[in-house]
Amino acid sequence: MPALDTIQKLEILADAAKYDASCASSGTAKRNSKGGKGIGSTEGMGICHAYAPDGRCISLLKILLTNHCIFDCHYCVNRKSSNVRRARFTPQEVADLTLTFYRRNYIEGLFLSSGIIKSGNHTMEMLVETARILREDHDFRGYIHLKTIPEADPELVHQAGLFADRVSINVELPTDSGLTRLAPDKNARQIEGAMGGMKSAIVQAKDERKRFRNAPRFAPGGQSTQMIVGADAASDADIVGKASRLYDNFGLRRVYYSAFSPIPDASAVLPLKRPPLMREHRLYQSDWLMRFYGFAPREVMQATEADGNLPLDIDPKLAWALKFRDAFPVDVNRAPKEKLLRVPGLGTKAVGQILASRRHRSLRLDDVAKLTVSIAKVRPFICTLDWRPTMLTDRTDLRSLLAPKQEQLELFAA
Amino acid sequence: MPEPDDFAFWRDAARQLVQARIAPDQVAWSEPGSSGSLFAIGSTELPSPLPGAAVVKASKRFQSLARNAAVHSDPERFALLYEMLWRLQGNSRLMEDKADPLVRRIEEMDKAVRRDAHKMHAFVRFRKVSDEDANDHYVAWFEPDHHIVRREAGFFVRRFANMHWSILTPRGCLHWDGETLRESGPAQKADAPQGDPAEDLWRSYYASIFNPARLKIGAMLKEMPRKYWKNMPEAELIPQLIAGAQKRESQMVDAGSMVAEDRPESLEAIERAISACSRCPIGDLDNKAVMGEGPPDARLMIVGEQPGDVEDQQGRPFVGPAGQVLNAALEKIGLDREVAFVTNAVKHFKYQQRGKRRIHQSPNAKEIDLCRWWHEAEREIVKPDIVLALGASAGRAMLGRTVSISRQRGEPIALDDGSELWITAHPSYLLRLDGEAREKQVQLFEQDLRSVKERLAALAD
Repeated sequence: MPALDTIQKLEILADAAKYDASCASSGTAKRNSKGGKGIGSTEGMGICHAYAPDGRCISLLKILLTNHCIFDCHYCVNRKSSNVRRARFTPQEVADLTLTFYRRNYIEGLFLSSGIIKSGNHTMEMLVETARILREDHDFRGYIHLKTIPEADPELVHQAGLFADRVSINVELPTDSGLTRLAPDKNARQIEGAMGGMKSAIVQAKDERKRFRNAPRFAPGGQSTQMIVGADAASDADIVGKASRLYDNFGLRRVYYSAFSPIPDASAVLPLKRPPLMREHRLYQSDWLMRFYGFAPREVMQATEADGNLPLDIDPKLAWALKFRDAFPVDVNRAPKEKLLRVPGLGTKAVGQILASRRHRSLRLDDVAKLTVSIAKVRPFICTLDWRPTMLTDRTDLRSLLAPKQEQLELFAA
Repeated sequence: MPEPDDFAFWRDAARQLVQARIAPDQVAWSEPGSSGSLFAIGSTELPSPLPGAAVVKASKRFQSLARNAAVHSDPERFALLYEMLWRLQGNSRLMEDKADPLVRRIEEMDKAVRRDAHKMHAFVRFRKVSDEDANDHYVAWFEPDHHIVRREAGFFVRRFANMHWSILTPRGCLHWDGETLRESGPAQKADAPQGDPAEDLWRSYYASIFNPARLKIGAMLKEMPRKYWKNMPEAELIPQLIAGAQKRESQMVDAGSMVAEDRPESLEAIERAISACSRCPIGDLDNKAVMGEGPPDARLMIVGEQPGDVEDQQGRPFVGPAGQVLNAALEKIGLDREVAFVTNAVKHFKYQQRGKRRIHQSPNAKEIDLCRWWHEAEREIVKPDIVLALGASAGRAMLGRTVSISRQRGEPIALDDGSELWITAHPSYLLRLDGEAREKQVQLFEQDLRSVKERLAALAD
């Protein structure tokens, strides 16, 4: 077979990376290239340099170093027994490509992952080497996200944290049994062990930075992980439970959910239809409830239906409110912030504005309407000076009144 | 106004005007290039503050909004800001009144400017050119909506500090040589270079990272409106990516998961379905599917690798030489083959034709994984307590990974459905051994069968 040129390799290795949900390039230390020899800056907020027709932003050059893999995970297009075309970049090639794109302002930096070649250690060495070339040889100060290999030597994983802004270790599947079945070469304990090691290294490095200004930075963008949704029988309740344990135990910045997509050359063990993308969206919404709205994981699970899944037609906050109607109505002129955050249709911004404006005067329904997207959604759950829902929260058809009209959500919804 | 983005000038002038008690309707603000107000017949000299005039007050919120609103392209912006400043002297908390139309308008201008600046950071696309000294020089063409170019220079200087670059816009240009920033007047698109070899690479990346299974055009347009597309090299691909998405997705599904169908729910249905199965090349050989046999509620399921030559001809599992070895061993330890459901991991005989003989070939991992679909259907119906896998292929069919028999034999492995998996060697392996080695392996094989027999009895209690 003739050697592949760079464009062909890029096509294969970017295509293989398209199932990675993470694209963030924010939340790291501020840096710029003044006073250095190279290029690059990070200013806290990440920048999306383009959007693909799948609605996802393109912020980083997201590729695999290689899609050769000695593992045989059934959900993965790159597994050993798959017939996809294979390609392989050298660390130098990836570094050059990153710089070529960065100089033209196409990207914020690099998101590098890899199939496992030879061994976990060998693969991790290659990933770290790529980051080292960028940072040391080219004084690159843009964003680097490295996917680490849980099977690799902790010392190598540690080096990754010294070069990268963010590191991630994928938990892949929400339950251990799912992992055993679909990723037989992976080991849940090993994955969580690697996450735990990363957490303590991040905490320690932060602590050192406080005392010694020149202590090396270690993954200032923290660590994240990704879970595949819909490849096994795990319910939303399982997934939310797993995510909250991960946030608690490992101080993760983000848990990404990736709706299982049909992959070319899929394994026979997998479901044949993909789950609706709406399920992924509901999971992100529940993630938001836990991170920004003060919901406990237990409360999100209470919003699920009998099968343990979140309803697809309404958002999880509304689902929770419909189940716990005695918590309403909430008086917008008196209620504390935590209670206001529970009202379906009031976001963190609207709650902030309500709190600010009620210092000056008492709010009427019209005033609240100016601060929200849809007052119809909020009305059954609040009291204002001139409004009190008399019976709405007792109505059995409240859900159908509030649920959005059925419509085809996307062109090819499953 | 000397420049359309000179906030400092406006601030000083506005402060003086307020102190001179000049009402908003008495002031006309004009920027360079504008025709000015028809009624601008008054003086352009700033009046002196009235004696004893109070210090001009403006809330922090107003100051931060005004800085942005001042570079908005709306020709009325300075007048609106002055009116706001004027009103703030009477009501210092006016900015908190979100319902006030003027407050809203200024907030909207601020938001539009911030968005424009953000999009400039994101969508400026440099193209590489070489200057006379053969140093790389990167030039971009961008069309901002508002007067933000000068204000956003810092971002590009910080990011590309060691690069030589120019950003050309219809509102003025920026040039950085690694040390100093120079400004020049408005440019036209034709002044910017056309194309860059890296754009082919970038377009390949853009097309490959897009997942056609999740088309969301609205979400894309919200963040990347069409007005930006014309200066972004990758945007020309969008129509064809969208048009081809459905086809690419169905190719992904076809290539991946064959047909969307439910698993058969009876053994007869499985038998019919496997006879028609050609999901892998084995099904296309000249052979017939061999169904498992035994009680449909058997507590023990014995799984072999695949039918052999004899099995293929008779259409029954384990009736050839290996089957005889199995029968003999079962008989010896006193386990009745008739109580077990005997089946194979792969349902068709894989062989290579050599003259008149069909030589057995082991199925590969992918073929085993494909046939796992049928095997799991069988297991779902029979629901055995114990599954005995004979050989590595059967082990793989159960666990989805390559197993080592020597390491895994003799111990139960828990399966998802609550049943136990025991793994031992395939009887045909015993057939290939001689003498002492064979003796030893036969003993191990019988020992495994005995363990399974004991376990079955224990589970029955």
